[in-house]
Amino acid sequence: MALTKEQIARRIAQELKDGFYVNLGIGIPTLVANYIPEGVDVVLQSENGLLGMGPFPYEDEVDADLINAGKQTITTIPGSAFFDSAMSFGMIRAGKVDLTVLGAMEVADNGDIANWKIPKKLVKGMGGAMDLVAAAKNIIVAMQHTNPKGESKLLPKCSLPITGVHCVKKVVSDLGVFDITDEGFKLLEYAPGVTIDEIKAKTAGRLVIADDVKEMEV
Amino acid sequence: MKKVVAGADEAIYDIPSGATLMLGGFGLCGIPENCIAALVKKGVNNLTCISNNAGVDDFGIGLLLRKRQVKKMISSYVGENAEFERQLLSGELEVELIPQGTLATRCMATGYGMPAVFLLAGIGTEVAEGKEIRNFNGKDYLMEMAFDSDFAIVKAWKGDTQGNLIFKGTARNFSPLMAMAGKITIAEVEHLVPIGELDPNCIHVPGIYVHRIFQGKDYEKRIENRTVRPRS
Repeated sequence: MALTKEQIARRIAQELKDGFYVNLGIGIPTLVANYIPEGVDVVLQSENGLLGMGPFPYEDEVDADLINAGKQTITTIPGSAFFDSAMSFGMIRAGKVDLTVLGAMEVADNGDIANWKIPKKLVKGMGGAMDLVAAAKNIIVAMQHTNPKGESKLLPKCSLPITGVHCVKKVVSDLGVFDITDEGFKLLEYAPGVTIDEIKAKTAGRLVIADDVKEMEV
Repeated sequence: MKKVVAGADEAIYDIPSGATLMLGGFGLCGIPENCIAALVKKGVNNLTCISNNAGVDDFGIGLLLRKRQVKKMISSYVGENAEFERQLLSGELEVELIPQGTLATRCMATGYGMPAVFLLAGIGTEVAEGKEIRNFNGKDYLMEMAFDSDFAIVKAWKGDTQGNLIFKGTARNFSPLMAMAGKITIAEVEHLVPIGELDPNCIHVPGIYVHRIFQGKDYEKRIENRTVRPRS
């Protein structure tokens, strides 16, 4: 069985290490915050100017001056800090943020990512995505392995306008966990009930299978 | 030194059609509501607006778009606005999309008196087209220019009569950077206080950058995406 969005988020949460500063993108990445392992202390960065993002507020705590980068109302927690947008991207650019989790429309087997523009459709803008992928030390992409037509989104080369080059380090899709290596996508774990043959059939980019490939624990 | 003006109409009285404006805010958070309303009333047009977002149909910069007062938007993300979409597709509106960190840092460069900065964002993408690339320590960077903005308009939480500003929460975002970057900077504040009342340790923008300040009124502070959790 392919993973649910929640299971993808839960698997990515296992990559979090104690003391990490983490930026979570919109969509599946946001769900990662729900699965931070016990005993692992991470600080969430919101690029509109907050470190130490807390949970959504209760109705009577809603504050129009306190939102995340997805414009949702949020809360602070003890230890939170506010700053302006230049400092926010400064800390990203300077490599202070340990991990960025993003969604993607396409990922290439050399680590290129496309997630901001579909030509001939309305272009809404890249927001902070280009800054994040250009600078983050470690980028994990959370995505569906194929598009609704069943076509692979793990490609030899991105067909959509790219957001950044050679930047993705790891992909967690609904079918498996892959490192980006010089040989292309390296399958480390497959989802329970998903065969390696199915993953091969649904991966258009170069694919190698890790010697110690195993079934994912979900 | 007289920086305090009576209200938004007086603060924006000399903004002409064709001006380039910086407008603080992220989404609808921390936007200069009073000045936007005054610009709509004044009816100036052909504006170039540098702002992270373009508001929604009936709030924020969306109010200026609805009256066709904007010629060009320079932003990082412009979703959530149907009228914007219509004007963009019909070619009435020009849009320059730039990465959010690049936008912030170009504002910062202006306020710090630096002509350009070298940034990684956009290398290898269409954002790099036509830009000078410089290699430092084996890595390519785009040369990104400081902005040239006639006016900057921001909303702060507190300000004093000397123009010192303090922002609240994530309403800070681009506003301090833009406040520092305007040739003329206008600040509307929720609480205008006499000098001496703000703790000098807590000032986000020193008054040297602020030319006009006024006590704002009737803030709606609309929330774009109200998200709450239930009390269990």
